[in-house]
Amino acid sequence: MSGADLRGAAPSQPEAATPRDILSTKKPNPVSQAGFLGALRDAELDVPDGLMDGEGRPAGRRFAVYRNNVAVSLREALEAGFPAVAKLIGPENFARAAGMYLRAEPPGSPLMMGYGAGFADFLAGIEALNSIGYLADVARLEFALRESYHAADAPVLNPARLQDLSEEALMAARLVLAPSVRLLRSPWPVLSVYRFTMTPGSPKPQAQAEDVLIARPEFDPEPHLLPTGGAPFLAAVQVGQSFGAALEAAGEDFDLGAMLGLLLQTGALSDIITIP
Amino acid sequence: MSKTLKTAAIVGAVAASFAATGVHAMDKEKCFGVSLAGENDCAAGPGTTCAGSSKVDYQGNAWTLVDAGTCADIELPAMADGTARMGSLEALERDLPST
Amino acid sequence: MYDFEPNLPPLPGVGYKPQHYRDILEEAAPVGWLEVHAENYMGAGGRPLAQMRALSERFPISVHGVGLSIGGAGRLDPEHLARLKHLVGWLNPASFSEHLAWSTHDSHFFNDLLPLPYTDATLARICDHIDEVQDVLQRPMLLENPSSYLAFAESTWEEPAFLREIARRTGCGLLLDVNNVFVSAVNLGFSPQNYIDAYDLDRVGEIHLGGHDEDEDDHGAPLLIDSHGREVADPVWALLDYVLERSGPKPILIEWDTDVPDWPVLREEAVRADRALAGVLV
Repeated sequence: MSGADLRGAAPSQPEAATPRDILSTKKPNPVSQAGFLGALRDAELDVPDGLMDGEGRPAGRRFAVYRNNVAVSLREALEAGFPAVAKLIGPENFARAAGMYLRAEPPGSPLMMGYGAGFADFLAGIEALNSIGYLADVARLEFALRESYHAADAPVLNPARLQDLSEEALMAARLVLAPSVRLLRSPWPVLSVYRFTMTPGSPKPQAQAEDVLIARPEFDPEPHLLPTGGAPFLAAVQVGQSFGAALEAAGEDFDLGAMLGLLLQTGALSDIITIP
Repeated sequence: MSKTLKTAAIVGAVAASFAATGVHAMDKEKCFGVSLAGENDCAAGPGTTCAGSSKVDYQGNAWTLVDAGTCADIELPAMADGTARMGSLEALERDLPST
Repeated sequence: MYDFEPNLPPLPGVGYKPQHYRDILEEAAPVGWLEVHAENYMGAGGRPLAQMRALSERFPISVHGVGLSIGGAGRLDPEHLARLKHLVGWLNPASFSEHLAWSTHDSHFFNDLLPLPYTDATLARICDHIDEVQDVLQRPMLLENPSSYLAFAESTWEEPAFLREIARRTGCGLLLDVNNVFVSAVNLGFSPQNYIDAYDLDRVGEIHLGGHDEDEDDHGAPLLIDSHGREVADPVWALLDYVLERSGPKPILIEWDTDVPDWPVLREEAVRADRALAGVLV
């Protein structure tokens, strides 16, 4: 069989060849990966010379397969990762926002599970979506759920270890949160909006700020509304402050029993470190 | 009873209520369940060569928000107006996230 | 220097999807092994890793990378290589494979298998990258032929010869995607049988089969798209028989990545692959 059979076609120059070209056995245009990508990302640009069909004609629409694959696969990854955002603004608007984002911020790593970390901030900068003030926070909630899903496993704190601590030891001890715990503070009713969007029958969101704990008992992350003082308490725990300092940060109206119950019930605590 | 002593008592009581029911153990059956998507695969986009070549889906920041999804059903007072909303939530302003 | 050895069993396998977890534990036969995309098991923990720990106790696992960008003009991403080493370390899969393609440029990942010109320069670069991967993983890998939608005017090698030379220089094995051969043959107008005749079948450690979609190019010529979204096409099954007659039994993977069906439909494709393998043994 001839060599041309397997490559599809022998190298050829589709442009009208000048006599010099014919005499000098001109080499075909090499296509750099940078050049390939430039045309891939911008449909206004011409398909690079040097790409062809099986008969040596310019590749044309065949190049669009790659444009399509990149754009659609990244858009679908965003749709899968941000279903509530997609429902809130509808498929057309989402496709448009995703199309802008994937060109502005293509993935920085081959792990699609991590793609979209900057999507919330990007949404916040899109003028057309400004009227939906809570949208970026819903995106933050969805990304935090995904991070929690893939976070490291950790042992769950045995509550018995809390039981017998003296007041002094307890106040000096540090609670350790599971790696799957995420804390989101929002001036919007972010969790109510999320539930209203994702869970049929959920009540309409009321105008209020909501702080959210995401915890993952076993493998399924769940968002929980935090009680008053819960967010500053957890924020203090997160940065390694003592139980006493976290309690101080939580303020007067803090219901410690409810908070602790929530943390133990959801497997959010993995350890308590006491000072010997 | 001092504040700290009261705290230790609360912690002990809550912990005891959970210790009694036991901490849930890892269950192999739990391996089965929903997967949060966004996975890698090696398939090409199905059947069309046009989607990635569309010029409209990534041009321009400003467009008119038409045919929006469920956000249209969420009626938060003055939701579109930051100033008014902040006024209505004044008491919670101190809880605004720093990030 | 590494030398490829076949490690997967010569049975049907399927590309693993989490929604099939329970079905696979309950009624896998004739599926004898599973393949997963490496990048989906590079998280820190949670259900994906727990599922893989459980499944790897029951089935040989093939780890199939889609993000290493072996054909990339730049150097391989050391962080990604380290993640791969970690995964292969704890999972100890029967096989590791990647693609003759590129997907990363200037540390941006484009989530598609982008095509390469077949020149001496790309050959040397790909061999360097495969050497590096095999050194890091301490094992030989398999390299898969792509599905092509266009050709590079600058190419000076035919694809089967290019792959044969890569395997000769690096000691890697080959993953023969029969659907990709068929798709490329239709798209670029060559004979798929001639392609198979030129392929180094002795070094094939795994075969892929998947469904494709049909489109057309600017001239109305058929343009097949490697969509992995439907049943394997009849002419691809026929081409598989042509391969198996020459190669003998091989591990055969069914790939179904978009519009993933319920388990019985996917399993039925594995049954068909099993019949093709049985035909070889007769």
